[in-house]
Amino acid sequence: MLIKRPLDVLPSEITPQPVYNRRREFMKAAAAGAILAATGCSDDTESAPDATREKFTSVATSRFSTVEKPTEYKHVTGYNNYYEFGTEKSDPALYAGHLKTRPWTVSVEGECLKPRTFGIEELIKRPLEERVYRLRCVEAWSMVIPWVGFELNALLKEVEPTGNAKFVEFVTAVQPDTMQGVHVPVLDWPYVEGLRIDEAMHPLTILAVGIFGEALPGQNGAPVRLVVPWKYGFKSGKSIVKIRLVAQQPRTAWEKASPTEYGFYSNVNPNVDHPRWSQETERRIPEFFSRRPTVIFNGYGDQVAGLYAGMDLKKYF
Amino acid sequence: MRPSQSLVSVIKATLFVAALVPFARLAVSAVWFPDALGANPAEFITRSLGDWCLRFLLITLAITPLRRITGWNWLLRLRRMLGLFAFFYGVVHFSSYIAFDHVFDAVAILKDIVKRPFITVGFTALVLLVPLAVTSTNAMVRRLGAHNWRALHRLVYPIAALGVLHFWWMVKRDITEPAIYAAILALLLGYRLAAYLRETLALRWARGANGPPATSRRG
Repeated sequence: MLIKRPLDVLPSEITPQPVYNRRREFMKAAAAGAILAATGCSDDTESAPDATREKFTSVATSRFSTVEKPTEYKHVTGYNNYYEFGTEKSDPALYAGHLKTRPWTVSVEGECLKPRTFGIEELIKRPLEERVYRLRCVEAWSMVIPWVGFELNALLKEVEPTGNAKFVEFVTAVQPDTMQGVHVPVLDWPYVEGLRIDEAMHPLTILAVGIFGEALPGQNGAPVRLVVPWKYGFKSGKSIVKIRLVAQQPRTAWEKASPTEYGFYSNVNPNVDHPRWSQETERRIPEFFSRRPTVIFNGYGDQVAGLYAGMDLKKYF
Repeated sequence: MRPSQSLVSVIKATLFVAALVPFARLAVSAVWFPDALGANPAEFITRSLGDWCLRFLLITLAITPLRRITGWNWLLRLRRMLGLFAFFYGVVHFSSYIAFDHVFDAVAILKDIVKRPFITVGFTALVLLVPLAVTSTNAMVRRLGAHNWRALHRLVYPIAALGVLHFWWMVKRDITEPAIYAAILALLLGYRLAAYLRETLALRWARGANGPPATSRRG
């Protein structure tokens, strides 16, 4: 399959400037105003609606982008799995606005010569690209999302991984004050994900800081998250705080929760069913009928199949 | 509370309309306002219908304990209708799965039923509901005889348990909701077990009081 060049559309043009979001912000502000008027005091620690969500102005296009039509903004930001904020799909949109994303640092450490900590301001100033990727959830639904970010390999090269760096572990944020879900042991917090070093260095693997040309909303993993488009969505950890280069294969949150259902690799694969449901087809959000066949490696096989040459994908699911 | 026959009829008619509201809401939304059903309307519809099937099963099973506790025997006149609504929601739940998840692909559906335990138990529960729905008429009660009819309709206990299990095995990780249904079902079935044990013991006690003490009856 040829990866076609996307249409030269500015991210700002495909962004359906979310009236929806503005309404919510308006209502929040109105409610806050009412409380303010009633109590006569202001609480600065309460996270205010992010009316000034940063817009990324100079974002390059990428040959890796799909030309498929992105899923509507309201669905991308309204139907999320982010268990730290609750297990309902609507919970993240409701509660992730409280996520504290400043100050924010990402520590890159472990098996490397120059470990260091990156501030979020520094990360969003890097040359950014738009990557319109398919996202396939292990729950058999999918979306098309225009991410804004940069290749993870660029960051990893800067810390100079040693020969011992065989895997990369991603540790995500735990904010007990803002994340109601982490008080419930649904998963072993913090949520940890992992990749093999060659998967992490692959040009398709990115750290995203935005969607639709603007900064990531909390529910999508603000302020910086992993995106690995050929794997099930849960591999793409949100709100990353630490990236560790390690010698041993990390134990991921879902592996710990249910090792027979969620493997380390978790490559999108219609031939390997989840023990409790089929992975042969998927429902493209918000379509009614689920008859879209799922493609191996989520359609990125031309780029990534080589990483798994000779591997039994049923065994290493 | 002992309402007149006509009042019970009014209550029953009101309940009938109310029981159709969740279905009507989904149907109207699906046709005219799919946005109201969120990003994954098909999943929302299938799950809501399944929820209502389970809820009606539990409501139906609550009638007997409620009647015994309150002495409101007229509640019994609502039970058949409630049970049939459980069946109705089960059928439309299954239909939405057939339509939205498999687009009427019979082979895929059969594969699913055989391969996936949570679908196997859900399907079994629905199949077992069929004889109960079919024998729900007065004529069928007469034909079977009250004793056989009652024995057959005790099937609703394992059906409800399979329904809850179907939900439990379906959820990915957070079992809070199925656990709530399971707890309510345990309460409703526990009440019956307790009542049964109480009656059996009372009967023994009564026998014991007339004859030799129960403990040394055989001695």
